Amino acid sequence: MPQPRSIQRVRIHPLGDTALLAVLGSRLDTALNTRAIGLASALRKRRDVRQAVAGYASVTVHFDPDQTTLESLGAAIKRLAVRRPKEPIPGRLHRIPVVYDGVDMPEVSDSLNLSPREIVALHTRPIYRVFLVGFVPGWAYLGPLPEELELPRRRVPRTHVPAGSVAIAGRQTGIYPMQVPGGWHLIGRSSVKLFLPNSDPPCLFRAGDRVKFFAAALD
Amino acid sequence: MTEVLRVVDPGLLTTIQDLGRPGAIASGVPPGGAMDRFALRAANLLAGNEPNDASLECTLRGPQLVAERPCVIAITGADFDPRLNGEPQPMWATLSLAAGDALTFGGRRIGARTYIAVGGGLDGESWLGSRSTSLMTGKGGFHGRPLRAGDLLSTVGTRTTYPAERRELVPGLRPDYSDQSLAAVAGPHVRRLEPESRRALFSATFTVSPESDRMGCRLKGPGLQAKAEELLSYGLVAGAVQLPQSGQPILLMADHQTAGGYPVVATVVSASMPRAAQLAPGDELRFMEVTQAMARQRRLALSSALASLSAL
Repeated sequence: MPQPRSIQRVRIHPLGDTALLAVLGSRLDTALNTRAIGLASALRKRRDVRQAVAGYASVTVHFDPDQTTLESLGAAIKRLAVRRPKEPIPGRLHRIPVVYDGVDMPEVSDSLNLSPREIVALHTRPIYRVFLVGFVPGWAYLGPLPEELELPRRRVPRTHVPAGSVAIAGRQTGIYPMQVPGGWHLIGRSSVKLFLPNSDPPCLFRAGDRVKFFAAALD
Repeated sequence: MTEVLRVVDPGLLTTIQDLGRPGAIASGVPPGGAMDRFALRAANLLAGNEPNDASLECTLRGPQLVAERPCVIAITGADFDPRLNGEPQPMWATLSLAAGDALTFGGRRIGARTYIAVGGGLDGESWLGSRSTSLMTGKGGFHGRPLRAGDLLSTVGTRTTYPAERRELVPGLRPDYSDQSLAAVAGPHVRRLEPESRRALFSATFTVSPESDRMGCRLKGPGLQAKAEELLSYGLVAGAVQLPQSGQPILLMADHQTAGGYPVVATVVSASMPRAAQLAPGDELRFMEVTQAMARQRRLALSSALASLSAL
């Protein structure tokens, strides 16, 4: 059912004097994310826009302050955002093998009151969407995670999460592409390379792609 | 490719940087590039280069370099007391080196990062359109890593001698790195702050923590309280002041994470980012709320200072 226009109103927030954040909504929602990706790609074609990056339900726009102002670009974004988005091209489907032996599996199992086996069954069930690519090179925010697996982030983030860790937090899941600090729950690991430094773009996943995990045997 | 400088001592952290790879943020790759972009541009223009050419960024302690052949250089940014064969040298000016000349630094006087541009522009691995060193990925610049003793630096161009006239950025147009206030505009999530924290954000004094790096400047100050509710992750920019649950803000710098979900309570304006890049651990700062018009005025002042160099 189409939403009334009033809900679709875009809010424009300055990010300093050379960027802005256009917020389309506050829900983790595939339709909102599709609009954000569409808006970002339309904005990248403008001469006064240097870069536009889609978030879950927002677009961060870097603009050339010598060619436009916050007000006039903001007004243009509001006009663009109410246009009916083009039918999105279905993203590529990636099938990712996971060994479900993450260090947090026992704790996650306790907190959710589910057996590791049930957790694996739930985690491998959906085809996840790549909502956005970012944070560190190769990282992609995937979701929505089944409600049964929803947990808040760890109270104390780890200073070093090993590369390849498959993790969950909130209604999201993802794979750490390199060793970085992180506060998500580690339920497994994958050997698939997500950061591809010699490719352009240098990452396997792109916003709008789809990802299906399957349980691999212990290596 | 011409070998022009030999590294005797790399200093604390010296990397090759240009103006970064802004196009890569959509793929999750930090934009990178010089922390103090005004100083990098000025150094390049003084050395007869394009503003975006690759130069050296030296952090907190300068390197020791020896000229392999005659060359022209310019040193800008933080004042580490540059010396040529032991003799003090002016900053923000063109310097000529003869083969065998030794460039050293006496010690840090003000600022955190000094820039050394070399006539012809430094060579280095170009990755995603930039020669900037990305320390996180080990790509770009000098084999993706900071300089080490024994490294040989080359220029892209063969031009090694330079112009008859000596160039200088007049003192009145140089940035004031002793200024403790960073001009900033309120961020998208400033309303999440408790009223008292909102006042503190634009009045309290913050101290730069030693854990600060090219990714972000970690600040210590009065704990800022914000509504805890998590945000949907979104694209971040350099200059954004992120507020994690600890209540201690992080000012995102050149190698910042490209997306995140913490509230952004303020964003430092482009004209104050060179000053932010020169903050050293232990330095104090305040955020001063400015309007878009004031931010524009400051930005234009920096542009015209650089234009005074291009026009020479």
